[in-house]
Amino acid sequence: MILFDTVTKLYPNQTRPALEEASLEIEKGEFVFLVGPSGSGKSTFLRLVLREERPTAGNVWVLGKDLSRLSNWKIPALRREIGTVFQDFRLLPNKSVFENVAFALEVIGKPKAHIKKVVPEVLEVVGLEGKEERRPDELSGGEQQRVAIARAFVNRPKLLIADEPTGNLDPGTSVGIMKLLDRINRLGTTVVMSTHDAQIVDQMRRRVVELEHGHVVRDQSRGVYGYAR
Amino acid sequence: MRAQFVASEVGSGLRRNLTMTLAVIITVAVSLTLFGVSLLVRAQVDTMKDFWYDKVEVSIFLCAKGSDTPSCAGGAVTAAQRDQIEADLESLRPLVQDIYYESQEEAFARFQEQFANSPIVDSVNESALPESFRVKLADPTQYDVVASAFSGRPGIEQVNDQRQVLDKFFRLLGGLQAIALIIAVVMLVVTVLLVVNTMRVAAFSRRRETGIMRLVGASNLYIQLPFLLEAAVSAGIGAILAVGGLILTKSVVIDQILAPSFQFTAFVGWDAVVGIAPILILVGIGLSGLAAFLTLRKYLRV
Ligand SMILES: Nc1ncnc2c1ncn2[C@@H]1O[C@H](COP(=O)(O)OP(=O)(O)O)[C@@H](O)[C@H]1O
Ligand SMILES: [Mg+2]
Repeated sequence: MILFDTVTKLYPNQTRPALEEASLEIEKGEFVFLVGPSGSGKSTFLRLVLREERPTAGNVWVLGKDLSRLSNWKIPALRREIGTVFQDFRLLPNKSVFENVAFALEVIGKPKAHIKKVVPEVLEVVGLEGKEERRPDELSGGEQQRVAIARAFVNRPKLLIADEPTGNLDPGTSVGIMKLLDRINRLGTTVVMSTHDAQIVDQMRRRVVELEHGHVVRDQSRGVYGYAR
Repeated sequence: MRAQFVASEVGSGLRRNLTMTLAVIITVAVSLTLFGVSLLVRAQVDTMKDFWYDKVEVSIFLCAKGSDTPSCAGGAVTAAQRDQIEADLESLRPLVQDIYYESQEEAFARFQEQFANSPIVDSVNESALPESFRVKLADPTQYDVVASAFSGRPGIEQVNDQRQVLDKFFRLLGGLQAIALIIAVVMLVVTVLLVVNTMRVAAFSRRRETGIMRLVGASNLYIQLPFLLEAAVSAGIGAILAVGGLILTKSVVIDQILAPSFQFTAFVGWDAVVGIAPILILVGIGLSGLAAFLTLRKYLRV
Protein backbone atom coordinates (compact mmCIF):
# COMPACT_ATOMS: atom_id res chain seq x y z
CA MET A 1 0.00 0.00 0.00
CA ILE A 2 2.74 2.43 1.08
CA LEU A 3 6.47 1.78 0.84
CA PHE A 4 9.18 4.23 1.81
CA ASP A 5 12.65 3.12 0.75
CA THR A 6 15.42 5.13 2.47
CA VAL A 7 13.57 8.35 1.84
CA THR A 8 15.22 11.70 2.61
CA LYS A 9 13.44 15.01 2.28
CA LEU A 10 15.40 18.24 2.55
CA TYR A 11 13.33 21.37 2.02
CA PRO A 12 14.95 24.17 0.02
CA ASN A 13 17.06 26.54 2.13
CA GLN A 14 17.03 24.16 5.10
CA THR A 15 20.10 22.54 6.60
CA ARG A 16 18.43 19.66 8.49
CA PRO A 17 16.38 17.20 6.48
CA ALA A 18 12.73 16.92 7.57
CA LEU A 19 12.95 13.20 6.90
CA GLU A 20 16.20 11.23 6.74
CA GLU A 21 16.66 7.76 5.26
CA ALA A 22 13.24 6.68 6.44
CA SER A 23 12.14 3.20 5.42
CA LEU A 24 8.69 1.87 6.17
CA GLU A 25 6.07 -0.43 4.74
CA ILE A 26 2.35 -0.18 5.40
CA GLU A 27 0.13 -3.05 4.29
CA LYS A 28 -3.35 -3.02 2.95
CA GLY A 29 -6.01 -2.72 5.65
CA GLU A 30 -3.68 -1.49 8.39
CA PHE A 31 -4.37 1.31 10.85
CA VAL A 32 -1.13 3.13 11.58
CA PHE A 33 -0.37 5.92 14.04
CA LEU A 34 2.47 8.26 13.15
CA VAL A 35 3.68 9.81 16.39
CA GLY A 36 6.48 12.12 17.42
CA PRO A 37 7.05 15.65 18.66
CA SER A 38 6.23 18.68 16.58
CA GLY A 39 8.73 19.11 13.76
CA SER A 40 9.70 15.43 13.72
CA GLY A 41 8.55 15.00 10.10
CA LYS A 42 5.03 13.53 10.36
CA SER A 43 3.37 16.00 7.98
CA THR A 44 6.30 15.72 5.59
CA PHE A 45 5.81 11.95 5.50
CA LEU A 46 2.11 12.36 4.66
CA ARG A 47 2.80 15.03 2.00
CA LEU A 48 5.23 12.65 0.32
CA VAL A 49 2.49 10.01 0.19
CA LEU A 50 0.15 12.52 -1.48
CA ARG A 51 2.92 13.53 -3.87
CA GLU A 52 2.55 17.13 -2.65
CA GLU A 53 6.29 16.96 -2.13
CA ARG A 54 8.93 14.87 -3.83
CA PRO A 55 11.72 13.15 -1.90
CA THR A 56 15.26 14.51 -2.18
CA ALA A 57 16.52 10.92 -2.18
CA GLY A 58 14.98 7.47 -2.01
CA ASN A 59 11.74 6.11 -3.43
CA VAL A 60 8.11 6.27 -2.40
CA TRP A 61 5.55 3.70 -3.61
CA VAL A 62 1.86 4.32 -3.03
CA LEU A 63 -0.94 1.99 -4.19
CA GLY A 64 1.61 0.07 -6.24
CA LYS A 65 2.93 3.13 -8.06
CA ASP A 66 6.47 4.45 -7.93
CA LEU A 67 5.79 8.13 -7.33
CA SER A 68 9.15 9.19 -8.75
CA ARG A 69 8.03 7.81 -12.12
CA LEU A 70 4.49 9.12 -11.93
CA SER A 71 3.99 11.91 -14.45
CA ASN A 72 2.27 15.09 -13.31
CA TRP A 73 -0.94 14.48 -15.19
CA LYS A 74 -1.47 11.16 -13.39
CA ILE A 75 -1.34 12.71 -9.92
CA PRO A 76 -5.09 13.56 -9.83
CA ALA A 77 -5.94 9.91 -10.51
CA LEU A 78 -3.71 8.88 -7.59
CA ARG A 79 -5.32 11.40 -5.26
CA ARG A 80 -8.81 10.17 -6.14
CA GLU A 81 -7.88 6.93 -4.44
CA ILE A 82 -6.62 8.65 -1.29
CA GLY A 83 -8.84 10.45 1.19
CA THR A 84 -7.30 13.27 3.23
CA VAL A 85 -8.25 14.86 6.54
CA PHE A 86 -6.47 17.71 8.29
CA GLN A 87 -6.37 19.35 11.67
CA ASP A 88 -7.99 22.51 10.27
CA PHE A 89 -10.89 20.69 8.51
CA ARG A 90 -10.50 22.70 5.26
CA LEU A 91 -14.19 23.14 4.58
CA LEU A 92 -15.69 25.80 2.32
CA PRO A 93 -17.42 28.25 4.67
CA ASN A 94 -20.10 29.40 2.22
CA LYS A 95 -21.25 25.90 1.29
CA SER A 96 -23.59 23.65 3.25
CA VAL A 97 -22.56 20.27 4.65
CA PHE A 98 -24.12 18.55 1.64
CA GLU A 99 -22.44 20.94 -0.82
CA ASN A 100 -19.05 20.57 0.83
CA VAL A 101 -19.13 16.82 0.33
CA ALA A 102 -20.71 17.12 -3.13
CA PHE A 103 -17.96 19.57 -4.18
CA ALA A 104 -15.37 16.79 -3.99
CA LEU A 105 -17.43 14.76 -6.45
CA GLU A 106 -18.39 17.64 -8.75
CA VAL A 107 -14.80 18.63 -9.36
CA ILE A 108 -13.85 15.14 -10.47
CA GLY A 109 -16.77 15.14 -12.90
CA LYS A 110 -19.19 12.75 -11.17
CA PRO A 111 -22.75 12.89 -12.48
CA LYS A 112 -25.41 14.65 -10.45
CA ALA A 113 -27.51 11.54 -9.93
CA HIS A 114 -24.52 9.73 -8.43
CA ILE A 115 -23.83 12.68 -6.12
CA LYS A 116 -27.46 12.79 -4.92
CA LYS A 117 -27.23 9.12 -4.05
CA VAL A 118 -23.84 8.79 -2.35
CA VAL A 119 -23.61 12.03 -0.35
CA PRO A 120 -26.55 11.20 1.98
CA GLU A 121 -25.13 7.71 2.40
CA VAL A 122 -21.74 8.92 3.53
CA LEU A 123 -23.29 11.60 5.77
CA GLU A 124 -25.09 8.79 7.52
CA VAL A 125 -21.86 6.84 7.94
CA VAL A 126 -20.26 9.82 9.73
CA GLY A 127 -23.39 10.51 11.79
CA LEU A 128 -24.45 13.83 10.25
CA GLU A 129 -27.88 12.85 8.92
CA GLY A 130 -30.31 15.75 9.35
CA LYS A 131 -27.56 18.36 9.22
CA GLU A 132 -27.15 18.46 5.44
CA GLU A 133 -28.18 22.10 5.09
CA ARG A 134 -26.05 23.54 7.92
CA ARG A 135 -23.05 25.70 7.16
CA PRO A 136 -19.68 24.90 8.77
CA ASP A 137 -20.01 27.82 11.22
CA GLU A 138 -23.25 26.27 12.49
CA LEU A 139 -21.43 23.08 13.47
CA SER A 140 -19.19 22.07 16.40
CA GLY A 141 -15.54 21.31 15.71
CA GLY A 142 -16.19 17.59 15.92
CA GLU A 143 -19.06 17.87 13.45
CA GLN A 144 -16.93 19.90 11.06
CA GLN A 145 -14.29 17.20 11.19
CA ARG A 146 -16.98 14.64 10.41
CA VAL A 147 -17.88 16.62 7.30
CA ALA A 148 -14.22 16.57 6.27
CA ILE A 149 -14.09 12.82 6.88
CA ALA A 150 -17.28 12.34 4.85
CA ARG A 151 -15.68 14.28 1.99
CA ALA A 152 -12.51 12.18 2.24
CA PHE A 153 -14.46 8.93 2.35
CA VAL A 154 -17.24 9.60 -0.15
CA ASN A 155 -15.23 8.04 -2.98
CA ARG A 156 -14.49 4.96 -0.84
CA PRO A 157 -10.72 5.49 -1.12
CA LYS A 158 -8.30 2.63 -0.57
CA LEU A 159 -6.22 4.85 1.68
CA LEU A 160 -7.10 7.55 4.19
CA ILE A 161 -4.47 10.03 5.34
CA ALA A 162 -5.22 12.02 8.48
CA ASP A 163 -2.80 14.68 9.70
CA GLU A 164 -3.56 15.34 13.39
CA PRO A 165 -7.32 15.10 12.83
CA THR A 166 -8.04 15.53 16.54
CA GLY A 167 -5.52 18.32 17.06
CA ASN A 168 -8.21 20.99 17.37
CA LEU A 169 -10.73 18.92 19.28
CA ASP A 170 -11.36 18.28 22.97
CA PRO A 171 -10.74 14.74 24.29
CA GLY A 172 -14.40 13.69 24.35
CA THR A 173 -14.98 14.76 20.76
CA SER A 174 -11.71 13.13 19.73
CA VAL A 175 -12.93 9.76 20.90
CA GLY A 176 -15.91 10.02 18.57
CA ILE A 177 -13.66 10.89 15.63
CA MET A 178 -11.37 7.96 16.45
CA LYS A 179 -14.35 5.59 16.54
CA LEU A 180 -15.33 6.88 13.12
CA LEU A 181 -11.84 6.39 11.67
CA ASP A 182 -11.78 2.92 13.18
CA ARG A 183 -15.10 2.14 11.51
CA ILE A 184 -13.78 3.38 8.17
CA ASN A 185 -10.73 1.15 8.63
CA ARG A 186 -12.98 -1.84 9.31
CA LEU A 187 -14.84 -1.06 6.07
CA GLY A 188 -11.56 -1.86 4.28
CA THR A 189 -9.73 1.46 4.00
CA THR A 190 -6.12 1.66 5.11
CA VAL A 191 -5.72 4.53 7.59
CA VAL A 192 -2.52 6.44 8.36
CA MET A 193 -2.92 9.08 11.04
CA SER A 194 -0.40 11.38 12.63
CA THR A 195 -1.03 12.53 16.18
CA HIS A 196 0.36 14.00 19.37
CA ASP A 197 -2.38 12.52 21.45
CA ALA A 198 -0.95 9.82 23.72
CA GLN A 199 -4.31 8.91 25.22
CA ILE A 200 -5.84 8.07 21.85
CA VAL A 201 -2.87 5.99 20.76
CA ASP A 202 -2.78 4.10 24.01
CA GLN A 203 -6.49 3.31 23.86
CA MET A 204 -6.53 2.08 20.29
CA ARG A 205 -3.61 -0.32 20.51
CA ARG A 206 -2.78 -0.21 16.83
CA ARG A 207 0.51 -0.10 14.99
CA VAL A 208 2.66 2.89 16.05
CA VAL A 209 5.50 4.40 14.06
CA GLU A 210 7.49 6.99 15.94
CA LEU A 211 9.52 9.72 14.23
CA GLU A 212 12.22 11.81 15.83
CA HIS A 213 14.19 14.44 13.92
CA GLY A 214 13.11 12.80 10.69
CA HIS A 215 14.20 9.28 11.66
CA VAL A 216 11.95 6.29 12.26
CA VAL A 217 12.93 5.41 15.83
CA ARG A 218 10.21 2.90 16.65
CA ASP A 219 7.79 0.68 14.75
CA GLN A 220 5.53 -1.39 16.95
CA SER A 221 2.39 -3.33 16.23
CA ARG A 222 -0.30 -2.85 18.90
CA GLY A 223 1.86 -0.09 20.37
CA VAL A 224 1.46 2.79 22.82
CA TYR A 225 2.41 6.45 22.46
CA GLY A 226 5.81 6.28 24.19
CA TYR A 227 7.89 4.20 26.60
CA ALA A 228 8.30 7.13 28.93
CA ARG A 229 4.76 7.01 30.28
CA MET B 1 -16.71 17.65 -17.11
CA ARG B 2 -19.86 19.35 -15.89
CA ALA B 3 -20.50 22.45 -17.96
CA GLN B 4 -22.98 23.90 -15.50
CA PHE B 5 -20.50 23.71 -12.65
CA VAL B 6 -17.77 25.39 -14.69
CA ALA B 7 -20.18 28.09 -15.90
CA SER B 8 -21.29 28.94 -12.38
CA GLU B 9 -17.66 29.08 -11.22
CA VAL B 10 -16.82 31.49 -14.07
CA GLY B 11 -19.84 33.67 -13.30
CA SER B 12 -19.09 33.92 -9.59
CA GLY B 13 -15.42 34.51 -10.32
CA LEU B 14 -16.20 37.40 -12.66
CA ARG B 15 -18.54 38.97 -10.12
CA ARG B 16 -16.16 38.50 -7.21
CA ASN B 17 -13.42 40.30 -9.10
CA LEU B 18 -15.68 42.91 -10.63
CA THR B 19 -13.24 45.83 -10.55
CA MET B 20 -10.42 43.75 -11.98
CA THR B 21 -12.74 42.29 -14.60
CA LEU B 22 -13.81 45.79 -15.63
CA ALA B 23 -10.18 46.93 -15.76
CA VAL B 24 -9.31 44.02 -18.06
CA ILE B 25 -12.34 44.69 -20.28
CA ILE B 26 -11.45 48.37 -20.61
CA THR B 27 -7.76 47.92 -21.35
CA VAL B 28 -8.49 45.15 -23.84
CA ALA B 29 -11.11 47.36 -25.52
CA VAL B 30 -8.86 50.41 -25.71
CA SER B 31 -5.72 48.60 -26.84
CA LEU B 32 -7.53 46.54 -29.44
CA THR B 33 -9.42 49.59 -30.75
CA LEU B 34 -6.09 51.34 -31.28
CA PHE B 35 -4.67 48.20 -32.83
CA GLY B 36 -7.70 47.95 -35.12
CA VAL B 37 -7.52 51.59 -36.11
CA SER B 38 -3.84 51.26 -36.96
CA LEU B 39 -4.66 48.27 -39.17
CA LEU B 40 -7.46 50.31 -40.73
CA VAL B 41 -5.07 53.17 -41.49
CA ARG B 42 -2.75 50.74 -43.22
CA ALA B 43 -5.63 49.39 -45.26
CA GLN B 44 -6.55 53.01 -46.06
CA VAL B 45 -3.02 53.75 -47.29
CA ASP B 46 -3.13 50.65 -49.49
CA THR B 47 -6.53 51.67 -50.87
CA MET B 48 -5.28 55.16 -51.64
CA LYS B 49 -2.10 53.87 -53.25
CA ASP B 50 -4.16 51.61 -55.51
CA PHE B 51 -6.45 54.50 -56.34
CA TRP B 52 -3.84 57.21 -56.87
CA TYR B 53 -0.87 55.41 -58.40
CA ASP B 54 -3.16 54.65 -61.33
CA LYS B 55 -3.89 58.33 -61.76
CA VAL B 56 -0.66 60.11 -60.99
CA GLU B 57 1.11 61.97 -63.76
CA VAL B 58 4.37 63.70 -64.36
CA SER B 59 3.69 67.33 -65.29
CA ILE B 60 6.15 69.18 -67.51
CA PHE B 61 5.36 72.87 -67.15
CA LEU B 62 6.52 75.02 -70.05
CA CYS B 63 7.79 78.56 -69.73
CA ALA B 64 5.07 81.22 -69.67
CA LYS B 65 5.65 84.94 -70.13
CA GLY B 66 6.69 85.92 -66.63
CA SER B 67 8.54 82.71 -65.60
CA ASP B 68 11.74 83.49 -63.74
CA THR B 69 13.65 80.19 -63.63
CA PRO B 70 17.03 80.26 -65.49
CA SER B 71 15.77 77.82 -68.13
CA CYS B 72 13.06 80.34 -69.02
CA ALA B 73 15.52 83.20 -69.60
CA GLY B 74 14.54 83.14 -73.31
CA GLY B 75 10.95 84.11 -72.51
CA ALA B 76 7.87 82.02 -73.21
CA VAL B 77 8.31 78.64 -74.82
CA THR B 78 8.56 78.67 -78.61
CA ALA B 79 6.58 76.44 -80.93
CA ALA B 80 9.81 74.73 -82.04
CA GLN B 81 10.82 73.96 -78.46
CA ARG B 82 7.36 72.62 -77.74
CA ASP B 83 7.41 70.32 -80.78
CA GLN B 84 10.88 69.05 -79.85
CA ILE B 85 9.74 68.24 -76.30
CA GLU B 86 6.76 66.37 -77.61
CA ALA B 87 8.91 64.41 -80.04
CA ASP B 88 11.35 63.51 -77.27
CA LEU B 89 8.46 62.33 -75.07
CA GLU B 90 7.19 60.17 -77.91
CA SER B 91 10.64 58.59 -78.19
CA LEU B 92 10.39 57.49 -74.53
CA ARG B 93 7.55 55.09 -75.26
CA PRO B 94 6.71 52.49 -73.97
CA LEU B 95 7.78 53.90 -70.58
CA VAL B 96 5.68 56.90 -71.46
CA GLN B 97 2.17 55.56 -71.75
CA ASP B 98 0.02 58.63 -72.41
CA ILE B 99 0.89 62.18 -73.36
CA TYR B 100 -1.63 64.91 -72.94
CA TYR B 101 -1.03 68.54 -73.81
CA GLU B 102 -2.75 71.19 -71.71
CA SER B 103 -2.87 74.65 -73.24
CA GLN B 104 -2.99 77.93 -71.34
CA GLU B 105 -6.74 78.25 -72.02
CA GLU B 106 -7.38 74.77 -70.64
CA ALA B 107 -5.18 75.47 -67.64
CA PHE B 108 -7.10 78.67 -67.00
CA ALA B 109 -10.47 76.89 -67.32
CA ARG B 110 -9.35 74.25 -64.82
CA PHE B 111 -8.04 76.93 -62.50
CA GLN B 112 -11.35 78.79 -62.63
CA GLU B 113 -13.22 75.62 -61.85
CA GLN B 114 -10.94 74.72 -58.95
CA PHE B 115 -11.12 78.13 -57.31
CA ALA B 116 -14.67 78.95 -58.38
CA ASN B 117 -15.63 80.35 -54.98
CA SER B 118 -12.43 82.26 -54.36
CA PRO B 119 -11.67 85.91 -55.17
CA ILE B 120 -8.25 84.77 -56.40
CA VAL B 121 -9.83 83.92 -59.77
CA ASP B 122 -10.27 87.55 -60.68
CA SER B 123 -6.65 88.48 -59.98
CA VAL B 124 -5.08 85.85 -62.25
CA ASN B 125 -5.07 86.16 -65.96
CA GLU B 126 -4.69 83.49 -68.56
CA SER B 127 -1.17 84.31 -69.71
CA ALA B 128 0.27 83.83 -66.21
CA LEU B 129 -0.65 80.13 -66.19
CA PRO B 130 1.85 77.79 -67.84
CA GLU B 131 0.93 75.37 -70.58
CA SER B 132 2.07 71.79 -69.82
CA PHE B 133 2.48 68.22 -70.94
CA ARG B 134 0.78 65.71 -68.66
CA VAL B 135 2.61 62.41 -68.94
CA LYS B 136 1.42 59.08 -67.61
CA LEU B 137 4.15 56.52 -67.03
CA ALA B 138 3.74 52.76 -67.47
CA ASP B 139 5.81 52.37 -64.27
CA PRO B 140 5.33 55.43 -62.03
CA THR B 141 8.54 54.64 -60.09
CA GLN B 142 10.62 55.43 -63.21
CA TYR B 143 10.03 59.12 -62.72
CA ASP B 144 13.79 59.91 -62.68
CA VAL B 145 14.15 58.96 -66.35
CA VAL B 146 11.75 61.71 -67.34
CA ALA B 147 13.10 64.21 -64.82
CA SER B 148 16.72 63.85 -65.96
CA ALA B 149 15.73 64.10 -69.63
CA PHE B 150 13.67 67.29 -69.31
CA SER B 151 14.34 69.37 -66.21
CA GLY B 152 16.53 72.42 -66.78
CA ARG B 153 16.00 72.34 -70.54
CA PRO B 154 15.35 75.68 -72.21
CA GLY B 155 11.61 76.27 -72.56
CA ILE B 156 10.77 74.05 -69.56
CA GLU B 157 10.02 75.76 -66.30
CA GLN B 158 9.62 72.74 -64.05
CA VAL B 159 9.13 68.96 -64.05
CA ASN B 160 6.76 67.89 -61.35
CA ASP B 161 6.02 64.38 -60.09
CA GLN B 162 2.64 64.05 -58.35
CA ARG B 163 3.74 60.73 -56.95
CA GLN B 164 6.37 62.41 -54.81
CA VAL B 165 3.74 64.67 -53.28
CA LEU B 166 1.54 61.66 -52.64
CA ASP B 167 4.40 59.68 -51.14
CA LYS B 168 5.01 62.45 -48.64
CA PHE B 169 1.36 62.22 -47.67
CA PHE B 170 1.49 58.45 -47.45
CA ARG B 171 4.61 58.67 -45.30
CA LEU B 172 2.70 60.96 -42.96
CA LEU B 173 -0.15 58.47 -42.77
CA GLY B 174 2.37 55.66 -42.29
CA GLY B 175 3.90 57.59 -39.40
CA LEU B 176 0.50 58.04 -37.79
CA GLN B 177 -0.15 54.35 -38.24
CA ALA B 178 3.19 53.48 -36.61
CA ILE B 179 2.40 55.70 -33.63
CA ALA B 180 -1.04 54.12 -33.23
CA LEU B 181 0.57 50.69 -33.50
CA ILE B 182 3.22 51.48 -30.88
CA ILE B 183 0.61 52.79 -28.46
CA ALA B 184 -1.52 49.73 -29.18
CA VAL B 185 1.41 47.39 -28.45
CA VAL B 186 2.23 49.22 -25.21
CA MET B 187 -1.43 49.00 -24.22
CA LEU B 188 -1.46 45.30 -25.05
CA VAL B 189 1.57 44.79 -22.80
CA VAL B 190 -0.30 46.66 -20.05
CA THR B 191 -3.27 44.39 -20.70
CA VAL B 192 -1.13 41.28 -20.35
CA LEU B 193 0.33 42.54 -17.05
CA LEU B 194 -3.16 43.30 -15.82
CA VAL B 195 -4.41 39.84 -16.75
CA VAL B 196 -1.40 38.28 -14.99
CA ASN B 197 -2.19 40.27 -11.87
CA THR B 198 -5.91 39.55 -12.07
CA MET B 199 -5.22 35.84 -12.30
CA ARG B 200 -2.82 36.02 -9.39
CA VAL B 201 -5.45 37.72 -7.24
CA ALA B 202 -8.15 35.31 -8.43
CA ALA B 203 -5.97 32.27 -7.71
CA PHE B 204 -5.15 33.67 -4.28
CA SER B 205 -8.73 34.52 -3.38
CA ARG B 206 -9.84 31.02 -4.33
CA ARG B 207 -6.89 29.12 -2.88
CA ARG B 208 -9.20 27.30 -0.45
CA GLU B 209 -11.32 25.88 -3.26
CA THR B 210 -8.39 25.07 -5.51
CA GLY B 211 -6.49 23.52 -2.59
CA ILE B 212 -9.42 21.19 -1.90
CA MET B 213 -9.79 20.45 -5.60
CA ARG B 214 -6.16 19.37 -5.77
CA LEU B 215 -6.52 17.16 -2.72
CA VAL B 216 -9.58 15.32 -3.98
CA GLY B 217 -7.91 14.74 -7.34
CA ALA B 218 -9.51 17.26 -9.68
CA SER B 219 -7.56 17.46 -12.93
CA ASN B 220 -5.49 20.50 -13.74
CA LEU B 221 -7.82 21.37 -16.57
CA TYR B 222 -10.79 21.31 -14.23
CA ILE B 223 -9.03 23.52 -11.71
CA GLN B 224 -7.73 26.02 -14.26
CA LEU B 225 -10.62 26.12 -16.71
CA PRO B 226 -12.83 28.52 -14.72
CA PHE B 227 -9.90 30.94 -14.44
CA LEU B 228 -8.98 30.61 -18.12
CA LEU B 229 -12.59 31.10 -19.20
CA GLU B 230 -12.82 34.10 -16.91
CA ALA B 231 -9.81 35.68 -18.62
CA ALA B 232 -11.14 34.73 -22.05
CA VAL B 233 -14.64 36.03 -21.36
CA SER B 234 -13.46 39.43 -20.12
CA ALA B 235 -10.99 39.69 -23.01
CA GLY B 236 -13.75 38.62 -25.39
CA ILE B 237 -16.07 41.34 -24.12
CA GLY B 238 -13.23 43.86 -24.51
CA ALA B 239 -12.54 42.62 -28.03
CA ILE B 240 -16.22 42.91 -29.00
CA LEU B 241 -16.20 46.50 -27.71
CA ALA B 242 -13.09 47.12 -29.82
CA VAL B 243 -14.86 45.73 -32.89
CA GLY B 244 -17.71 48.10 -32.06
CA GLY B 245 -15.19 50.95 -31.91
CA LEU B 246 -13.85 49.92 -35.30
CA ILE B 247 -17.34 49.82 -36.83
CA LEU B 248 -17.98 53.26 -35.36
CA THR B 249 -14.72 54.54 -36.83
CA LYS B 250 -15.69 53.25 -40.25
CA SER B 251 -19.34 54.34 -40.26
CA VAL B 252 -18.97 57.70 -38.51
CA VAL B 253 -15.41 58.97 -38.85
CA ILE B 254 -14.76 57.65 -42.36
CA ASP B 255 -18.17 57.43 -44.04
CA GLN B 256 -19.84 60.45 -42.49
CA ILE B 257 -17.02 62.87 -41.72
CA LEU B 258 -14.02 62.17 -43.96
CA ALA B 259 -15.61 60.78 -47.13
CA PRO B 260 -17.99 63.73 -47.80
CA SER B 261 -15.15 66.25 -47.30
CA PHE B 262 -12.59 64.43 -49.41
CA GLN B 263 -14.58 63.16 -52.33
CA PHE B 264 -11.59 63.07 -54.67
CA THR B 265 -10.08 60.03 -52.97
CA ALA B 266 -11.12 56.47 -52.18
CA PHE B 267 -11.64 55.20 -48.65
CA VAL B 268 -11.39 51.70 -47.16
CA GLY B 269 -14.49 49.59 -47.57
CA TRP B 270 -16.32 47.39 -45.08
CA ASP B 271 -14.29 44.41 -46.29
CA ALA B 272 -11.31 45.84 -44.38
CA VAL B 273 -13.39 46.00 -41.19
CA VAL B 274 -14.62 42.46 -41.75
CA GLY B 275 -11.00 41.36 -42.20
CA ILE B 276 -9.73 43.13 -39.08
CA ALA B 277 -12.53 42.17 -36.63
CA PRO B 278 -11.57 38.48 -36.28
CA ILE B 279 -7.92 39.47 -35.86
CA LEU B 280 -8.89 41.69 -32.92
CA ILE B 281 -10.96 38.95 -31.29
CA LEU B 282 -8.24 36.34 -31.79
CA VAL B 283 -5.46 38.62 -30.51
CA GLY B 284 -7.56 39.67 -27.51
CA ILE B 285 -8.67 36.24 -26.40
CA GLY B 286 -5.39 34.57 -27.38
CA LEU B 287 -3.17 37.03 -25.54
CA SER B 288 -5.30 37.11 -22.42
CA GLY B 289 -5.73 33.34 -22.40
CA LEU B 290 -2.01 32.78 -22.82
CA ALA B 291 -1.15 35.25 -20.05
CA ALA B 292 -3.69 33.55 -17.78
CA PHE B 293 -2.44 30.07 -18.66
CA LEU B 294 1.20 30.91 -17.94
CA THR B 295 0.29 32.64 -14.66
CA LEU B 296 -1.89 29.77 -13.48
CA ARG B 297 0.78 27.23 -14.30
CA LYS B 298 2.86 28.95 -11.67
CA TYR B 299 0.16 29.58 -9.06
CA LEU B 300 -2.01 26.48 -9.36
CA ARG B 301 0.65 23.81 -9.51
CA VAL B 302 -0.28 20.24 -8.64
N1 LIG C 1 7.45 23.74 3.37
C1 LIG C 1 8.50 23.66 4.21
N2 LIG C 1 9.63 24.37 3.93
C2 LIG C 1 10.70 24.30 4.75
N3 LIG C 1 10.75 23.58 5.83
C3 LIG C 1 9.67 22.84 6.19
C4 LIG C 1 8.50 22.85 5.38
N4 LIG C 1 7.59 22.03 5.95
C5 LIG C 1 8.18 21.53 7.07
N5 LIG C 1 9.43 22.01 7.20
C6 LIG C 1 10.38 21.65 8.27
O1 LIG C 1 10.55 20.27 8.26
C7 LIG C 1 10.58 19.74 9.58
C8 LIG C 1 9.46 18.71 9.73
O2 LIG C 1 8.20 19.38 9.68
P1 LIG C 1 6.84 18.59 9.66
O3 LIG C 1 6.92 17.49 8.66
O4 LIG C 1 5.75 19.59 9.46
O5 LIG C 1 6.78 18.00 11.10
P2 LIG C 1 5.52 17.60 12.01
O6 LIG C 1 4.34 17.45 11.12
O7 LIG C 1 5.93 16.33 12.65
O8 LIG C 1 5.35 18.69 12.99
C9 LIG C 1 10.43 20.93 10.51
O9 LIG C 1 11.72 21.30 10.95
C10 LIG C 1 9.85 22.00 9.64
O10 LIG C 1 10.31 23.26 10.04
MG1 LIG D 1 2.47 18.49 11.20
